[in-house]
Amino acid sequence: MNQDIILLGHGSGGKLSHQLLDEVILPHLSSTGAAGQNDAALLQIGGSKLAFSTDSYVVDPIFFPGGNIGDLAVNGTVNDLSMMGARPLFISVAFILEEGFSKKEFAEILASMRRAADAAGVSLVTGDTKVVPKGKADRIFINTSGIGVLEHGLQIDGGQGRVGDQILVSGTIGDHGIAVLCAREGLGMQTGVTTDSAPLNGLVQELLGLGDALHVLRDPTRGGVATTLKEIALQSEIAITLREEALPVNEGVTGVCSILGLDPLYVANEGKLLAFVAPDRAQEALKIMRAHPMGCDAAIIGEVTSSGGGRIQMETVVGGMRGVEMLSGEQLPRIC
Amino acid sequence: MNYRDEFRDRKIVQGLAQRIATLAQGKGPFTFMEVCGTHTMAIYQYGLRQLMPPEVRLISGPGCPVCVTHNGYLDRALALCRLPDVIITTFGDMLRVPGSTSSLMHERARGGDIRIVYSPLDAVQVAVQNPGKKVVFLGVGFETTAPTIAGSILTAAKLGLKNYFVLASHKTMPTPMALLSADPELSLSGYICPAHVSAIIGAHAYQPLVDQFRIPCVVTGFEPTDVMQGIEMLVRQAVAGDARVEIQYSRVVSWEGNPKAQQVLAEVFTPCDADWRGIGTLPGSGLKIADRYAAFDAERALAVEVEPLKEHQGCLCGEILKGKVNPSDCPLFGKACTPENPVGACMVSSEGSCAAAHKYQ
Repeated sequence: MNQDIILLGHGSGGKLSHQLLDEVILPHLSSTGAAGQNDAALLQIGGSKLAFSTDSYVVDPIFFPGGNIGDLAVNGTVNDLSMMGARPLFISVAFILEEGFSKKEFAEILASMRRAADAAGVSLVTGDTKVVPKGKADRIFINTSGIGVLEHGLQIDGGQGRVGDQILVSGTIGDHGIAVLCAREGLGMQTGVTTDSAPLNGLVQELLGLGDALHVLRDPTRGGVATTLKEIALQSEIAITLREEALPVNEGVTGVCSILGLDPLYVANEGKLLAFVAPDRAQEALKIMRAHPMGCDAAIIGEVTSSGGGRIQMETVVGGMRGVEMLSGEQLPRIC
Repeated sequence: MNYRDEFRDRKIVQGLAQRIATLAQGKGPFTFMEVCGTHTMAIYQYGLRQLMPPEVRLISGPGCPVCVTHNGYLDRALALCRLPDVIITTFGDMLRVPGSTSSLMHERARGGDIRIVYSPLDAVQVAVQNPGKKVVFLGVGFETTAPTIAGSILTAAKLGLKNYFVLASHKTMPTPMALLSADPELSLSGYICPAHVSAIIGAHAYQPLVDQFRIPCVVTGFEPTDVMQGIEMLVRQAVAGDARVEIQYSRVVSWEGNPKAQQVLAEVFTPCDADWRGIGTLPGSGLKIADRYAAFDAERALAVEVEPLKEHQGCLCGEILKGKVNPSDCPLFGKACTPENPVGACMVSSEGSCAAAHKYQ
């Protein structure tokens, strides 16, 4: 079958995205310093250590319960910087607008970007706007880039997972993906599920107090918790065991997932983080999370059981065991 | 109480596992087959195989409608979607299924108008909203989905739509089970009978299997406690040398089934011979659109040239669908055939045996 074209699945954040990155993008760009494994690049400039990250937002619909493409674009980049242990400072914004897009909706999106920036304590410092003819884009696409500063000597990234580490998630999983899915035309489900889109820099600042007991931070966005953990397992060369029972999932998310045949482990989050913490400090980390407004539903969901392999096993709610893989293609609804 | 967690209760599942082990101890071996993709998924997803004693083996049969859909059907759908005035509407699982030389996913990337819907009635809406286009719904599935698709044709007829069509490839359940029951290579000890198919056709549909092959049949629900209890009932029958139809999933399934759905099916469809991927043509095992609704039948109403059939070499889909080999026994599994680049349909559908094995093993 023809393999020479880009498919929607290449943007899913799952296996196809990794293939595109490893087989097409990095071979051309890695000699320029691109590494592609973490949420942001770390840069040494003079005596300062900076984190630099970029992300584009093409969510459909652009308005959904609890948020819109604007606050999502600010929070997403704030969180990518935060996952490197950096303090986000400056954000750039670029818009691609479709001819005919409503100015009123644009203003609403801008206002929510402003509110998100204020809430995260970052400045929107530069930007760009382009307009393309009707039908050449879908209403509005946004790119944000951001710069943050590392104010500590810790090494926190996806390659630092160690045997014994306890794995924490900062709250319920799958809320964002289900909120967006339910807002899509034609689904007609009233669930009360809202996006979890939120800045995580405040929570990360608290967690940095754990010092070198904090090994990995990652926000499980596209591809969900399963895909993100698989990436970390491969990057750190570790094996992970999860407890399904411990996964915090909202009632509404569980319901929609049951109806549509989706697995919350693979559904996107926009305001949650995964943390790998040394075992003797895990309870303390849990306490820090639960005391913070962004982490009140936090839970310890598993641990690093051995080195090597990148394999993830999950003890199911009924006591069986199953493997956990990366997201394949797009999440698809069931047929019967 | 939310009527969901109770069916996923660890204590109950572990208790049933213990009972199954006690019943089967020193007996058997017993081989039970499930013939519904949702059972395949439930067994993998909850790790139920590991809870079985060594005497009990669970195998998967031809229960995924996407997997048993013949290549020729896909090729016709692909040919239709290349026509300029056609919108293809489909359940999401069909998107990645490889036809002879392409898939709907690839055709969409090349500009084909292919839309995922969650209900055939949404496809009727697409037809209402696009009067200048021909809207084709890909009607694939067993008796569970067939009534809703029949309902969409009735709705389109009532609305007087001339631009709504169904490309039908419906299969019906008990027929392949008879074929597999007679297979000496499999020597099945019992069937975990489908849950929602049985809600439509009724548990009585399995009585001929019991009469002819003396094989235990238990209509079983999809939750882990359901599956475990269904297996326990099968082991009980097998150990006692019984063969009966039993209904574990009694909160949904009756002996007679759903008469309204059966009536809609009989109105819109007529039985026909059907091609099952990997199994072959089985007489009377499919549903085609009845002559009085021929105007809605994409195969008859929309002329299109279909490319010559090309089967994929080396793929063991057929043997896997019959439960004769495990997905990991196929030389292509996980190598040439992955969920991203599937060779066989069993790797494509989220309910296919190979996809389930690849995801959860």
